[in-house]
Amino acid sequence: MTALNILLVLSAGLFLAGLFGVAARRTLLMQLISLEVMLAGPALGFIAAGAHHGSIEGSAMFILVLGLAAAEVALGLAIYLHMRRATGGDSDAATRLRG
Amino acid sequence: MSWGLAIWAATVAFGAAILAVTRPSAVHALLLLLAALISLGVGFFAMAANFAGAIQLLIYAGAVVAVFVFVVMTIDAGDEAMAAERELLRHAWRWPALIVGLSVVPVIFGIGGGAMGEGDPAPALASDLGLLMFGDWSAATELITLLLIAGMLGVRHLGRKLGPRLRERNPE
Repeated sequence: MTALNILLVLSAGLFLAGLFGVAARRTLLMQLISLEVMLAGPALGFIAAGAHHGSIEGSAMFILVLGLAAAEVALGLAIYLHMRRATGGDSDAATRLRG
Repeated sequence: MSWGLAIWAATVAFGAAILAVTRPSAVHALLLLLAALISLGVGFFAMAANFAGAIQLLIYAGAVVAVFVFVVMTIDAGDEAMAAERELLRHAWRWPALIVGLSVVPVIFGIGGGAMGEGDPAPALASDLGLLMFGDWSAATELITLLLIAGMLGVRHLGRKLGPRLRERNPE
């Protein structure tokens, strides 16, 4: 088993830990934190694969993941602050969407 | 820098992430998320991806977590809220754990495959990265910039103060 294998398994583990958080938690803020963990998993995978194969594309994909995470956090937290007034920040209570 | 240090840092990040998604308190979860992100940054440095490591520490562990801190400051973290959160988590973890457990199976079968030669991690130079992102991958860079602008406009829209006419139409 090579170092790349171990790192890819750890990156899958990070993704699955975040997936568990998104599915199991009912507070929107905790789901957003779990989404951050989910995005960190693929980032680790890209960097590890890029370092193993000696190519720069891994770092480039990491930059793209980073931009996605930044946009997601900004929008997610704005939506959270907006919804908290109506539902108290509980995603189960927000079953009806209205503009 | 070596693969061993990268594996150690990624393991620390994995442990911190597991703790982060299971804490009832949002502040503790945020601190553990910060620990996970910083140790991932250490792992990136160990894999000789210096630019990615610096960006990870500056933007992920710096800016993104700072935005979370602003929001965590507004939430209720009293004993009652903690008890309610624990009660929610006690009943809700079984199905997600089963689904995640099923997803682990192919990962375990995939460990053995693909034995490749092992050397030191190849360094990733920031100059090569710039040439790639503003050369061959310029379309992807444009797309991610558009995504960020869309996010900024969305936040501006959600955070706006309603004028008297809009407030009448959308009563709180």
